[in-house]
Amino acid sequence: MEKGFSTAVELATAIRQGKTTAVEAMETVLDRIGEVEECYNCYVAVDREAALKRAEAVQRRIRAGELTGQLAGVPVAIKDNLHVAGLPTTCASRILESYRSTFTATAVERLEDAGAVVVGKTNMDEFAMGSTTETSAWGVTKNPRNPEHVPGGSSGGSAAAVAAGECVFALGSDTGGSIRQPASHCGVVGLKPTYGTVSRYGLVAYGSSLDQVGPLSRTVEDCAVILEVLAARDEKDSTSIAREDTDFTKALVQDVRGMRIGIPKDYFGQGLDGEVRTAVLEAAQLLGRQGAMVEEFDLDLVEYAVPTYYTIAAAEASSNLERFDGVKYGYRTAGAEELHQMYKQTRSQGFGPEVKRRIMLGSFVLSSGYYDAYYLKALQVKAMIKAAFDQAFARYDCILSPVAPATAPRLGESLQDPLRMYLGDIYTVSANLAGLPAISLPCGVDHLGLPIGLQLMGDCFQEKKLLRVAYTYEQLRRDKASGQNPKQAPDIEPAHVIRQAPGAEPAHVIRQVTGAGLVQHSGEEASQQAYARRKEGM
Amino acid sequence: MTREYETVIGLEVHVELATHTKIFCGCSTAFGAVPNAHTCPVCTGMPGSLPVLNKKVLEHAVAVGLATNCEITRYCKFDRKNYFYPDNPQNYQISQLYLPICRNGYVEIETALGGRKKVGIHEIHMEEDAGKLIHDDWEDVSLVDYNRSGVPLLEIVSEPDMRNAEEVIAYLEKLRLIIQYLRASDCKLQEGSMRADVNLSVREAGAETYGIRTEMKNLGSFRAISRAIEGEKERQIDLLESGGKVVQETRRWDEAKETSYAMRSKEDAQDYRYFPDPDLVPVRISDAFLEEIKNRQPEFRTEKMQRYKTEYDIPDYDIEIITSSKHMADLFEETVACGAAPKKVSNWLMVETLRLLKEKGLDPEDIRFSPAHLARLIALAESRVINSTVAKEVFEAMFEEDVDPDVYVEENGLKMVSEEGALLKTVKEVIAANPKSVEDYRGGKEKAIGFLVGQTMKAMKGKADPGAVGKLLKELL
Repeated sequence: MEKGFSTAVELATAIRQGKTTAVEAMETVLDRIGEVEECYNCYVAVDREAALKRAEAVQRRIRAGELTGQLAGVPVAIKDNLHVAGLPTTCASRILESYRSTFTATAVERLEDAGAVVVGKTNMDEFAMGSTTETSAWGVTKNPRNPEHVPGGSSGGSAAAVAAGECVFALGSDTGGSIRQPASHCGVVGLKPTYGTVSRYGLVAYGSSLDQVGPLSRTVEDCAVILEVLAARDEKDSTSIAREDTDFTKALVQDVRGMRIGIPKDYFGQGLDGEVRTAVLEAAQLLGRQGAMVEEFDLDLVEYAVPTYYTIAAAEASSNLERFDGVKYGYRTAGAEELHQMYKQTRSQGFGPEVKRRIMLGSFVLSSGYYDAYYLKALQVKAMIKAAFDQAFARYDCILSPVAPATAPRLGESLQDPLRMYLGDIYTVSANLAGLPAISLPCGVDHLGLPIGLQLMGDCFQEKKLLRVAYTYEQLRRDKASGQNPKQAPDIEPAHVIRQAPGAEPAHVIRQVTGAGLVQHSGEEASQQAYARRKEGM
Repeated sequence: MTREYETVIGLEVHVELATHTKIFCGCSTAFGAVPNAHTCPVCTGMPGSLPVLNKKVLEHAVAVGLATNCEITRYCKFDRKNYFYPDNPQNYQISQLYLPICRNGYVEIETALGGRKKVGIHEIHMEEDAGKLIHDDWEDVSLVDYNRSGVPLLEIVSEPDMRNAEEVIAYLEKLRLIIQYLRASDCKLQEGSMRADVNLSVREAGAETYGIRTEMKNLGSFRAISRAIEGEKERQIDLLESGGKVVQETRRWDEAKETSYAMRSKEDAQDYRYFPDPDLVPVRISDAFLEEIKNRQPEFRTEKMQRYKTEYDIPDYDIEIITSSKHMADLFEETVACGAAPKKVSNWLMVETLRLLKEKGLDPEDIRFSPAHLARLIALAESRVINSTVAKEVFEAMFEEDVDPDVYVEENGLKMVSEEGALLKTVKEVIAANPKSVEDYRGGKEKAIGFLVGQTMKAMKGKADPGAVGKLLKELL
């Protein structure tokens, strides 16, 4: 693999074997930053000296045999809404321009304990509000796959840094798709764990009931390794959960035989780009050919997910961001005469337009007289969406879909129409509303060479199923790319793939595909179409 | 003609809970530290910090709820009350609106006419206290101390069941006693560990609906509460009598001027945008937890009074006074447990202790001497090692700083001089020096002996047994 583009597992192995060192690994990353950072602007802060010092300290501990894990010595980039003691944490906002963290987020602490070395803090949409990293107060990050395009967001800096070789893996946060969507746009892997799996202590909250910290990496394997380190109950976070099934790397098996994969038809309707649709469905077929049972179904309430998400996230954000007031830390306006003027000016000058928009929206939906009609209603719909997913996961091991309706937009294209930008979150927000784990991984490129992402969603605590399917697909795709024959599992009927449900089936689950079916097939595959009918009791 | 009015009063009482640490973090709740010494990322509202509920707070809340006949909410939640003020570091207070921990309780009070009355408790909820703003006029700046930020509070909201200041005071005293007995708080109004806001309205006697109410804040003592109630009642009646209308508003009591002024009206009332705090998980109260708290409930005053009546031979009045403070009752029982006679202990508490408390303007909760020392003092007096005058002197020292009476008596040489020789010598000297009194006594003036005893005591610097001195004098004369 190209220097600087090894996976975390490869790099840690090489360090352990003495083929390279943590310091060399850090130097490689810093050199790369020196070369390309000016172009991509992935970071808001890189502390070169400190990073090298930390790498040296880690290398000593590796030599002493104290650090043996699969992340020991691996450079990691941290999204700028996660605290790393001593480094700035600005959430890409002017209101925190001078803020330095006094403590380290639990997620970061766990990585550091495992020997990962922090490179710096990555750019993001201001307070994680945005889908392009363009709302950052510190300038836009560019997509390393094509610098005329955005990297996605809000964890755009983290995704771009992984894609550009400016780190080996990164941490992001995902409130409505903020890990998965930039991972998709930058052609890397991103995982949002089940709510409560990774501690939120030290993550600057956006929508507290939706926020989860998770990894962005080059491979599914790295993702599993990182999640294994991150996942733990934290006494400092009341919403964190004690899980016993955190041996995620055990799920890295190339075998999907018998796994049931559902495809929500409602995710493939209007608004979905044709190239994205084709790539995603081809991925489904590929999995089908490996023995997975792939089936379309109707997922309820899809059209309500985005409004529900924006109501709840904005409500929580309006309260979470109240603490930024110029009194205790961060930016304070000059020349205010009295308290309320100080609040007003500080916040008017400190926050960008997208943040203000969401604070206003959130304040509105919580205000007296509107609470029941908006916020409470949104909570009810959230519960219904969760119920719809519960029903789906009674049938399927995972749900396969696109990550985003289109590949990365061009710079400057999105912010003029926020509503349209919000609708771009349609496939990702449900996982947050229902607390589900979801992974995004590359499944192709469009005609511009921009990456297309595949999303797999699982039931709560079923990350292992996602990792297994994702790992299998990634291996198949790699084999395909390197010209090998896909290792096809034996005993499988040929080509067979996406099942459609008969019309007589209960409407909530599966319906006959009509007219222009979901699946578009390339010519050579068309002859192989043989839709099997769903068997009773399967 | 003046109409007759009825006053309707409901109270919102805030009680600072006596936990060692704050409600959502591990910082100390100790009073009096240098500003911001007891703070951390959580109680200073640092971004990225998260609250974690202190279980002790929940235990206290449930205990108070049970003691006030409340229903305990088995699935309760915390909500955020959003408002901007610098003493509130997150600009929202974590409180409970939708599912408070306790509801629908009552306490029974005695009314002025000797009857009993139930005052309803609408709800009790848990919340966090704010920090303290310090305005430095000299530098023209305001400073904020977050030591108090996150100190746990219970807010006890009564029904509008009280009709006059006496009932309000009776209700507050009852609440205070219950909470003190539970050791949930020391409930000191002056220090702010108990604070009461008074909601008051008036209506014509016999009216079905309530009048418009005002809320009175900044009431630092029972006296202030009584005055404020009287003042506000009159203000509202005057308004109505002169054809005006009461405006729903929050008023602030000015203790020095004995008057109140409007702080904000309902129109400027803020919209707190309450919503469930997503950082805290809902609290489920299990049967086992509830049972545990029930089993831990202490003996309350009524039961204690009953027990004292059968267990100790002390007057009812003493029982009344001693049990009116949990601390005093504990002190009484522990001193008795150290071997002192109940009657003696009761006397020390009723006479000397109450006198000193009154003199120094202290509450029974402020008593600092230990039961062991009081028991020892009683023993010293009983065995006539010291006389009663000296005992009082020792007691005062104990009251000041809980000195060990044995050590104090020893160090100050206060033991009674009991050897016959020394006493006889002094008595003879006194007789020789006071021929007039000797004459009077011999002439039949019994009182004169008192003077001679006094003179002897003085000469002995108080360290003699006055009884013995009198006896000796009589013998010699």
